[in-house]
Amino acid sequence: MNKTEKKPKSAMGWVFYEIFKAYPRLMPITIGCIILSAGITAIPSVFMERIFAVIENGLNAGSDWQQLAGDIVPYIMILGSLYVFSLIVASFYNQALAIMGQGSLMAMRNQMFASMQKLPIRYFDTHKHGDIMSYYTNDIDLLRQLIAQVIPNALMQGTIIICVFFIMIYYSVPMALIVVAGSVIMTIVGRKFGTSASRHFMRNQRYMGQMEGYIQEMMNGQKVVKVFCHEDETLAGFVDISDKFYLESRNGNRFANMLMPIVANMGNIIYVVVAFMGGWFLLTGFTNFSLGGAPFSIAIVVAFLQMTRQFSNNITQISSQLGFVVMAMAGADRIFDLVSEEPETDDGYVELVNATEKDGELTESNERTGVWAWKHPHKADGTITYKKLEGDVRFFDVDFGYTPEKIVLHDISLYAKPGQKVAFVGSTGAGKTTITNLINRFYDIQEGKIRYDGININKIKKSSLRRSLGMVLQDTNLFTGTIMDNIRYGNISATDGECIAAARMVGADQFIMQLPDKYNTFLTGNGAMLSQGQRQLLSIARAAVADPPVMIMDEATSSIDTRTEEIVQRGMDALMQGRTVFVIAHRLSTVRNSDVIMVLEHGRIIERGTHEQLLEQKGTYYKLYTGAFELD
Amino acid sequence: MIRIIRHSLREYKTPAIITMVLVIFEGILECMIPFTIAQLITGVRAADMSLIQRYGIILIVLAVLSLLAGAGGGIASADAVTGLSRNLRKDMFERIQSFSFENIDKFSTPSIVTRLTTDVMNVQQSFMMIIRMVMRAPVIIIFATVMSFRISSEISMLFLGLIPFMAIILFAIVKIVMPIFRRAFHKYDDLNASVEENVEGIRVVKAYVHEDLEIKKFEKASGNLMADFTKAERILAWNAPILQFSIYAVITVALYIGAQTILESNGLKLNVGGISSIVVYGMQILMSLNILSMVFTMISMSMESAERIEEILDEEPRIKNPENPVYEVADGSVDFDDVYFAYGKNSADVLKDINLHIDEGETIGIVGGTGSSKTTLISLISRLYDVTAGRVLVGGRDVRNYDLDTLRGAVSVVLQKNVLFSGTIKENMRWGNKNATDEEIVEACKLAQADEFISTFPKGYDTYIEQGGTNVSGGQKQRLCIARALLKKPKVLILDDSTSAVDTYTDALIRKAFREYLPKTTKIIIAQRISSVEDCDRIIVMHNGRINGIGKHDELLKTNDIYREVYESQQRKAVE
Repeated sequence: MNKTEKKPKSAMGWVFYEIFKAYPRLMPITIGCIILSAGITAIPSVFMERIFAVIENGLNAGSDWQQLAGDIVPYIMILGSLYVFSLIVASFYNQALAIMGQGSLMAMRNQMFASMQKLPIRYFDTHKHGDIMSYYTNDIDLLRQLIAQVIPNALMQGTIIICVFFIMIYYSVPMALIVVAGSVIMTIVGRKFGTSASRHFMRNQRYMGQMEGYIQEMMNGQKVVKVFCHEDETLAGFVDISDKFYLESRNGNRFANMLMPIVANMGNIIYVVVAFMGGWFLLTGFTNFSLGGAPFSIAIVVAFLQMTRQFSNNITQISSQLGFVVMAMAGADRIFDLVSEEPETDDGYVELVNATEKDGELTESNERTGVWAWKHPHKADGTITYKKLEGDVRFFDVDFGYTPEKIVLHDISLYAKPGQKVAFVGSTGAGKTTITNLINRFYDIQEGKIRYDGININKIKKSSLRRSLGMVLQDTNLFTGTIMDNIRYGNISATDGECIAAARMVGADQFIMQLPDKYNTFLTGNGAMLSQGQRQLLSIARAAVADPPVMIMDEATSSIDTRTEEIVQRGMDALMQGRTVFVIAHRLSTVRNSDVIMVLEHGRIIERGTHEQLLEQKGTYYKLYTGAFELD
Repeated sequence: MIRIIRHSLREYKTPAIITMVLVIFEGILECMIPFTIAQLITGVRAADMSLIQRYGIILIVLAVLSLLAGAGGGIASADAVTGLSRNLRKDMFERIQSFSFENIDKFSTPSIVTRLTTDVMNVQQSFMMIIRMVMRAPVIIIFATVMSFRISSEISMLFLGLIPFMAIILFAIVKIVMPIFRRAFHKYDDLNASVEENVEGIRVVKAYVHEDLEIKKFEKASGNLMADFTKAERILAWNAPILQFSIYAVITVALYIGAQTILESNGLKLNVGGISSIVVYGMQILMSLNILSMVFTMISMSMESAERIEEILDEEPRIKNPENPVYEVADGSVDFDDVYFAYGKNSADVLKDINLHIDEGETIGIVGGTGSSKTTLISLISRLYDVTAGRVLVGGRDVRNYDLDTLRGAVSVVLQKNVLFSGTIKENMRWGNKNATDEEIVEACKLAQADEFISTFPKGYDTYIEQGGTNVSGGQKQRLCIARALLKKPKVLILDDSTSAVDTYTDALIRKAFREYLPKTTKIIIAQRISSVEDCDRIIVMHNGRINGIGKHDELLKTNDIYREVYESQQRKAVE
């Protein structure tokens, strides 16, 4: 998203702005059509009244059809052509609404997703994924209804109300006041019911969240429930939440269902009041006060009754939607919040480029050369220098906390020379994963420096930095698609051959070839059909095809049985060859051959050295290794 | 759909019936109102105050009645439909609780969540439509037709001509649009699933700098979805103009014929008020048709949801309590007699020819590679699955003769994929035994070597465990699960790879505690590490669903190739 682009401040402003941006011509035309169409809707009652007046007069005068046809037929013709015109307009705007509704919805959905992709990892770490998902499932749906139904309807009904109002005061101001007064009461009642309903529905939404959470937890543990014969208690717990949900949803529905009949029948009562007052005015010879200046007559009263009906019907429609508008606005607000969330910033300017090396001189190249270089423009003198990508990572006195108040890493200094293997060992929460989060700048450090090939990593473009780092995480995430697609995720430009070569290198080829469709086997649900070890092998192959100089392996083999681990380990060993590697491991067997092992405790490095050196120290590592101590 | 409503409506049948009665009543009133209005207008035209008064009062009475009927119907219908979904949720959840492992394996967690939430809501909406609209629309159509025939049969004939025409068009639109919508909604689900995948895997996305690729992928799918939805909605968008067209046609023709009739009959056959009311009736009929087509759409859209709900309600629990069950497990001996087992009717046997006798108090180790059916073997003991052939005995009786709660109370399994539930440690422990005292809990935790780390928590046994047990480490979680299983005071205790994240030292302490404090309990331990089973009374080596060897550690090292191979590979690692 363009940073300089001016964005509206409110959610509704944003919604309209987005529709307008997507349809700069269609949107005003459609609004015009809706208003026009609404305006036309108000007119027929006038013509009908004219026709009725002609008929009444004719009856009184004893004229027959032949004599009056000449007067009546033109009115009907005008009415008919108005209708035809209105139909054309209505057909047009209904089509336009379908197109714009879906189109702008897509635009907003896309913007939502694009904004989300650019958010820092911190956002995902601090927001429940279920909540993020509900933007896509619930809130966008509310928005769809708002755009495609509520707003056009409100526009239409609002216009009709305004038009009818002017016609009414044209005929008679006092009568109009009666209708308006009645309508105000209707609106107030409608609003009360509408907001009561949406209050319950919103609370209901919360219980829905709880219920989903409960079902999820219990279904995941259903086998445990069975083993402990805890079915009745589990059911009781569910019924408890389900009943709370039921009560809110029942009360919400009660209000929502009562709204229409109550408001609509209030409209009928207003109708009677208008009829009474009209009759009374006629009989008492009340002096009319109107914009049109016409004296009070039967025709005016009859026309008024028509208009009263139209007026109150539209008020009913609008007030019935008020509750929904409150909910939809809340949804729009939430989506707007997501879209206006601050994206991940990137002030880096050092880029990773392909290069060719000749006599120690690096030259930038547009082709894939296999040699990478950091392109470093110097602002001061406008020169550009190139430095070969080697994979040298150093930390100098780094402090870090996920929140400024709580520092979780203290004074971390370390260096990893190109091709070295650095291992981190320590309990859960000691800060092992945090260190790796800093190298790829998922989070930024508070104090100290991190240098990559001698360059301050804050100066490196995040995309370049991350491209130079491979990651294999404890939780493998595969994406819906073929195995080939998943391996190629590491490097989009890799050929099939390169993907297969990577799979062979890490030892994933063997199991892939046993699958029914081999590399074209389609994976869904995070590779649910594969075993944990197989998924891990794929994620290692994915890293291999990316071919980065620096690798981060976070507990990559922790949840695999020992036999599979051996295969995976071989894959990892193949991958680690010749790279700078950061390893986090639970099983000490994986880290033993590291060039340096760091033992972390409470965010500090308490021991460092090679396996042998650490054993000699007879400290924490020694205790861990001899089994006298447990990693928790 | 009808079936599940019939099944689960129960105590909410009364409000449902009240709704239907009130709605019909309201529909009739709604048809009487225009008639009264016409009379009122006639009164106004005649400037006859007594007529205005009479019909005014009638109209107010009708309006109040209609208001009461409408509001009452609103309340009753709210009660009926939300009550239906309440019962549906309960019925489904209850049914799920009665599922055996085999049933559970069939449904994924997200699919059950959707069934219990979205699908139930869809059925609820449809049911609301059915009781509020389906009854009312035909009543209005019939009543309005009769009323308008009473006013003018000529004009009414026009309606009769229009009704089938409109009905065909409206329903044709629905028919064309439905499959497109269905397809689009499936795509919509897929899109949301891919967003979820993206959110879950955001670290991978960012690590490989694929944000733009993901955006492009999303935009493509999103655009595709929009194309489908737009296509469907554009067809549906003809609904409103067509309805308007019919209404306009009714008005124009009614005016023309009406005017002619009035003037020709000198106001005897028809009056001006009559034209107004006949127009209103025409509109009511057409609107009702439109509502019917909408209801039809809603119902057919929710059909799939209803089917998904039925799938759960119709799923027969595979394992049920026997008639005249046995409520007492004599001792902790376990026998397998010629046991064969397959997961499905047509799948291959994963357990073959298992014959085994385990004495009370014996400690048995089970080793074997992934897929050697170790877990399947022990699942048969507490009847998590039923054998395909042969029989499994506990305490000398076929497990199929026991009351399930009794059997599972006596045979305590610590599952491989174990979970703790959100709640305090104490609450989690009481899953094993509701009435366990604090002392008993501490005792069990001591045996499982969990007491030590629990005591280091600031809140001790009242420490709150987050959903999924995310705030304790893997090793701690496993020990808590073992303690929970111990609280059952089982006759047979089964640990399915339950100490894999526990260090070897603590692992040994746990086994030592078992030996010393639970001598009468039969212990069966599945493990990856040979060190976890080497001191067992007997070790069973499983291979491809068969028992490959049984014996003590030393014997197996000599006689069993698989055992020796695994042992040596683990030894080699330790030495390196």
